[in-house]
Amino acid sequence: MSTSNKPAAGGYQTDRPRFDLPLSPHLSVYRWQITMTLSILHRASGLALSIGSIVLAWWLVAVAIGGDAYDWTNNVITHPVGTAFLFAWSVAFFYHLGNGIRHLLWDAGFGFEIKTTYITGWSVVVFTIAATALTWLFAWGVFGGTA
Amino acid sequence: MMRTPLKRVEGLGSAKSGTEHFWMQRLTAIALAPLGVWFVVSLLSLIGANHADVTEWMRHPLNAVLLAIMAGTVFYHSKLGVQVVFEDYVHTEWLKFTALILNNFIHVLLGVAAVISVLRVAFGG
Repeated sequence: MSTSNKPAAGGYQTDRPRFDLPLSPHLSVYRWQITMTLSILHRASGLALSIGSIVLAWWLVAVAIGGDAYDWTNNVITHPVGTAFLFAWSVAFFYHLGNGIRHLLWDAGFGFEIKTTYITGWSVVVFTIAATALTWLFAWGVFGGTA
Repeated sequence: MMRTPLKRVEGLGSAKSGTEHFWMQRLTAIALAPLGVWFVVSLLSLIGANHADVTEWMRHPLNAVLLAIMAGTVFYHSKLGVQVVFEDYVHTEWLKFTALILNNFIHVLLGVAAVISVLRVAFGG
């Protein structure tokens, strides 16, 4: 028996090929489901709202300063581009609100059944569309608003 | 069973902050659900309002109190949320710490600016 077959010092073989093992989570092996999209959208909408909260602080400061600062801010918000951002903000808000309540219900121990997660998930989608539509229909004076 | 009793005694886990982050995120979420809806409805009522109308609305004690609480809660909740995003996705240690520190600073800055602005208008400064 040859001594060259013995393991290297320390008992480990260091020249063994390493396999490119997949890293968890194995997202690519899953069939698409509404629940996974809603999950990442919760984080995405939260981030969008965080960025939007800069405008909230900015607007409040502008109200406190008044004068040109307020007029300028008001012009930005009422400009079509500004209003488009407000629209996006409202979508993110209503989605994060609806799905946030879904999360709170999970925290309280409700709604873990697979079927229920689909029902609540689609409910959040419907709520987001409906609440956003109602808000902007009102804002654009469809209901005789002050716009 | 396989755990040392130390964790249970301290009750704080490896991050040494226990469930504070988790709990405060939920607590601020519960507060923001009604406050957020109230704020959106208020904004809708302010469409077409000029600066005098907005300050009059903000001076009303109920609006001032709710707005100040909402602003503070928004930035606290936002800070907690963005923090988790950085912790999850930024793996370079110095970059993660820099991001987390900036996250704290920016949220405190925005939160204090927002609340002070509301109070300033409310107190007629």
